[in-house]
Amino acid sequence: MSELLKNTIRFILFILVQVFILFKMPPLHRFITPYLYYLFILWLPFSLSRAGLTLVGFVFGLCLDYFSKTPGLHAAACTLIAYVRPFVIGLLISQEGADKNYISPSIVSMGWAPYATYVLVLTLLHHAWLVLLEWMSFGSFLYFLGKVVASTAVSLLLVLLTELLFFRKQKFRTNTI
Amino acid sequence: MRNVFLFIRRHFNFLFFLVLQIIALSFLFRYNKFHEAAFMNVSTELTGRINEKYNGIEYYFQLKRTNEALVKENTRLHQLLKDNYEAPDSNRRLIMDTIKVDSGRTILKFNYLEAKVVSSTTALQANYLTIHRGFAQQVRPNMGVVGPQGIVGTVVNVSENFATVMSLLHRNYKVVVKLKNGGERGTIEWDGLSPLFVTLKDIPKSAKVVKGDTVLTNQISSLFPANIMVGTVYDIVPDNASNFYTLKVRPSTNFFNIEYVYVVDNMQYEEQKRLEDSTRKKVQ
Repeated sequence: MSELLKNTIRFILFILVQVFILFKMPPLHRFITPYLYYLFILWLPFSLSRAGLTLVGFVFGLCLDYFSKTPGLHAAACTLIAYVRPFVIGLLISQEGADKNYISPSIVSMGWAPYATYVLVLTLLHHAWLVLLEWMSFGSFLYFLGKVVASTAVSLLLVLLTELLFFRKQKFRTNTI
Repeated sequence: MRNVFLFIRRHFNFLFFLVLQIIALSFLFRYNKFHEAAFMNVSTELTGRINEKYNGIEYYFQLKRTNEALVKENTRLHQLLKDNYEAPDSNRRLIMDTIKVDSGRTILKFNYLEAKVVSSTTALQANYLTIHRGFAQQVRPNMGVVGPQGIVGTVVNVSENFATVMSLLHRNYKVVVKLKNGGERGTIEWDGLSPLFVTLKDIPKSAKVVKGDTVLTNQISSLFPANIMVGTVYDIVPDNASNFYTLKVRPSTNFFNIEYVYVVDNMQYEEQKRLEDSTRKKVQ
């Protein structure tokens, strides 16, 4: 399956899962909103240019916004993490040229610890920006802090489950450099 | 000039990011004021179709509860029928009816339009419902929405066949209500803490309030007919500094499994609004 097709299917699936499963769940606590959809942006291939990545992030976020009737909220957060992603990868990638030898970021291509840091940093950034925008219209500082921490914890758990359930096989590609 | 182009080329990624971020933020902050922003009409139509497909499946699992709610509502309405009340005749003289106009239609104030809920959320801070009835089926923005058990929210945006309803569980939602016992007016808001409770403010401390009191709609709000169930007082939040009560109210509508609602069309609202607006102009 080509990368484009694979990512298009992922695009649709992540939005549907977020809208029809995670948003429909009975709320556990006011601080907890389970977010998983942004994992789509973390899984995008290395080869995408930075402008392309930012644009995909924006469009992806806006699609979710039209379902949750909050135009701009998720789009802003997704644009931010899509823009920051290449910097984080540049800092964390351990092997020389791993971003050329593998298709997309994963435990196999980046190594366990760098990949975990990568997910943690972008999750925190995504949630912080999202809740900050929500906080501007209502809420208090305690709400901001509590929601960022609690939602990040739940999101990380969901990401871990997804990574274990849907293990992505990554082939080592030679002759590419 | 050349330097400007060089600057743009050099920092293209960052500038592109800034532009997208500004577009997103302008959507967000304009949307809170005007619900027409950001192609919402077109997207409501599209997301509504997808939601409808999903609801077709979900609805099946709710059939039993929906049926129970509708039967209960039917019983309540049956009990209101005029034919159920009969007193022994005590009239002594014949009274001629002097009303000459038979105009049931023109004095009808509230018209109920039934609608199916195709999507709803309760987990967010800004919760909306989407109903499968839109502009082509007489739904307009600013109409009240009630369910079989009580009030649900207000229509904020309408597309051709779908409409978006701002639910009681929205941080910006406000509606004027009254206590059933004393008739004191107050405002219902949601504090975002739990979807099981809303807050009732502005009831003066002179009112007698006990836990379990019924809260009803007030005709002042002009969106809803008077005396429609809103909820019951669950708790009185102690606040000695204020002259007003803060009451925790449990909404009678179950937002987790709502399937059918009625859009309330106030047929006399236009005239009332026109009069109020012209009064405001005259006084100024």
